[in-house]
Amino acid sequence: MKRFVLWAPLLVFLIFLGVFVTGLIKPESSTIRSHLLGHPLPEFKLAPGVPTQPGVATADFKDGKPKLLNVFASWCVPCAAEAPQLEQLAKTGVTIHAVAIRDRPEDIVDFLKRYGNPYIRIGSDPTSSVQIGIGSSGVPETFVIDGKGIIRYQHIGDIRAENIPTLLSELEKAR
Amino acid sequence: MIAEAGLAALWLAAALAALQLFLGASGLRGRGDMLAAVRPVAVAQAALTMLAFILLIVLFLRVDLSVALVAANDHSAKPWLYKFAGTWGNHEGSMLMWVTILAVAGAGVALLERRLEQRTLIATLAAQALISLGFYAFLLFASNPFARLDPAPAEGQGLNPLLQDPGLAFHPPTLYLGYVGLSVAFSFAVGALVTRDVGPAFARAMRPWVLAAWIMLTLGITAGSYWAYYELGWGGWWFWDPVENASLMPWLAATALLHSVTVLATRDGLRAWTVMLAVVAFSMSMVGTFLVRSGILTSVHAFAVDPRRGSFILVLLALYIGGALALFAARVGTVREGSRFDPVSREGALVVNNLLLSAILGIVLVGTLYPLIAESLTGEKLSVGAPYFNAAAGPIALALMAAMALGPLLRWGRDQLRALARRLALPLLLAAAALLATILIAPGIDILPLLGLVFAAGVGAASLAPLWKRNLRRTPLFTWGMVIAHLGVAVSVAGMASESAFTKETLVSVRLGEMVAVGGWGVRLEKVEPIAGPNWTAVQGTLTATPDGVSSYTLTPQARAFWAPPTETNESAILSRWNGQLYTVLGHKTEDGRWQLRLWWKPFVTLIWAGGALIALGGALALIGRLRREHRAAVREVWA
Repeated sequence: MKRFVLWAPLLVFLIFLGVFVTGLIKPESSTIRSHLLGHPLPEFKLAPGVPTQPGVATADFKDGKPKLLNVFASWCVPCAAEAPQLEQLAKTGVTIHAVAIRDRPEDIVDFLKRYGNPYIRIGSDPTSSVQIGIGSSGVPETFVIDGKGIIRYQHIGDIRAENIPTLLSELEKAR
Repeated sequence: MIAEAGLAALWLAAALAALQLFLGASGLRGRGDMLAAVRPVAVAQAALTMLAFILLIVLFLRVDLSVALVAANDHSAKPWLYKFAGTWGNHEGSMLMWVTILAVAGAGVALLERRLEQRTLIATLAAQALISLGFYAFLLFASNPFARLDPAPAEGQGLNPLLQDPGLAFHPPTLYLGYVGLSVAFSFAVGALVTRDVGPAFARAMRPWVLAAWIMLTLGITAGSYWAYYELGWGGWWFWDPVENASLMPWLAATALLHSVTVLATRDGLRAWTVMLAVVAFSMSMVGTFLVRSGILTSVHAFAVDPRRGSFILVLLALYIGGALALFAARVGTVREGSRFDPVSREGALVVNNLLLSAILGIVLVGTLYPLIAESLTGEKLSVGAPYFNAAAGPIALALMAAMALGPLLRWGRDQLRALARRLALPLLLAAAALLATILIAPGIDILPLLGLVFAAGVGAASLAPLWKRNLRRTPLFTWGMVIAHLGVAVSVAGMASESAFTKETLVSVRLGEMVAVGGWGVRLEKVEPIAGPNWTAVQGTLTATPDGVSSYTLTPQARAFWAPPTETNESAILSRWNGQLYTVLGHKTEDGRWQLRLWWKPFVTLIWAGGALIALGGALALIGRLRREHRAAVREVWA
């Protein structure tokens, strides 16, 4: 018994060492998954981000058809990079609503003019409250919402060409 | 040339460390008197490392941009003090400083240590050389401070503006002296385990080193806390940030060690436990270095992150800590048990002190590493904040204070509870008075700050009790040291409790000339104007603050913009009064032309750091007292 106690400190240290090693080996991932996957969208109602299009609210996602919710900002460079992919998705008939984060109407108009406008509705989220509410930690992020307003899938970062099939199949699954 | 000379000095020092290890090891096998050979090698090794460090300082002062480290961290427009301090304001430079202190501490042991049994001393110096060797390898293979950059850039990349503060010149060196000073205790423990020589002589030899390192840690933590308080502009003085915890954990272990080593030195008790703590204390320093340098935890302290360096330190960690703990397990069973004692005795109180300190250490360690543990088990990202630490460590800290009040009032060996109660009557009375007064003045106070204030009053009185009915001029200096250090704890806790219970905070946006009230003060924003410093520009607000409408004080908080690299910082302005501090931060201009102002009134907040300084002062008095007594004893021995 006594001898075992003497080895205990070494044992505890080895456990900590194991934790350190796994912490070092594991690649640093800064992506934070939304905890709301599988849960309904929180209640929100955002004013229009541009004068020519309507704002967006939770109710807009409950008409029975799956949709994309794109979190973007005019000041965000990867958002410009994903614009062609969003355009392509919109052309295949996908409904895309957007939340513009910490943005100004004139800047959004400018952004859409330059990179194209795939959005039906654009809500303005000047304080990031809706963004945080749906569990998004950065821009751009894209959520697949089913016809009942439940979050089915989260894409973190800009949408590349190779991500389109995944998004389409997630939309299909959400039907 | 200077850089090459520095690198050569480092390689030579590493070679000497290897030689020191070899000589020590063969000395232990009994091949002649190796101590005479090991001593000069240890001193030469320290001299070479110091030379390398001085050469790096010269490179920084001359802004030699052909050296990669200087180009990345220096700037010709920087005031000389920050060029100088910039030497250790980066990874490679700070690791060189770490190694320098390690080597100098080793040389100190080689030169000064005369009391220890010779074989144990040789084993200690060999252990110190072994530690040095690992960190030399780390410097030379993974963090070369003297690497050249070709072509040399036209200008350096500056320094983090937060670090352009006199605090940086002193805070890291004192902390490092503490961290690395503990390596001596570690080496002593390893040496004593190797020769199975754990006893009062070993404890007396180790004690001054532990005390000195502990004083430096105390100063470093206190200074770091004040630095974070005024430089970050967040109004807080402790954030339970992983890097802060990395400095707190060795301090907790060293505090426990300091007390257990006294039991071992005076009463020959707690042998195995003291050796264990000596190993743990420096292990905590190394774990802290690993956590800070590997970037494995996120912290407000942004350090250069390189996983390769993390792995390197981790290997060193595994070898040294694992090796020492294995040696402990294999050997300590053969160390004879020390003398026993009654639970109601000063030893008993010191054991309680040790257990409570270890419990706090465990809480801080688990809290600091929990995000890491959780992520490797479940993949979930989370952080552990002040609520956990305060709730878990707070009550134990209060119990620790009670033990601290009792300990010095108990006799060694065995004591009577009734006698203790008599000695405690006055402190208990004071604590009760404090309880009553606090409840009357602040009925809605939280339980933890309330108990903090009550305990501070009681412990403050109890800490002075050992001087009671004593001839103050004949009281030994180390007793004075204990009294002052314990009083410092009470003072510091009183400051913490007062700060957390009575702080008034307000965040407002005001127009020029507008008056804001905070904690009994009226503060008016008089003007906001641009000013230019040596390498920054700022908007500076001028505030007048008045406590009573008659007298008034001026404060000038700034929002500074540095251009190399472009960064903004908030320079808080703090008005210190005898009863607290008015802390002001100037924020941004809002769109309608108002200025954001953040104001705090923090009653008696300065006691936190005053207490820290008292603790360190007490340590210094104890150190001087011990050294003087031993010097006298040595002189007597010579003349007898």
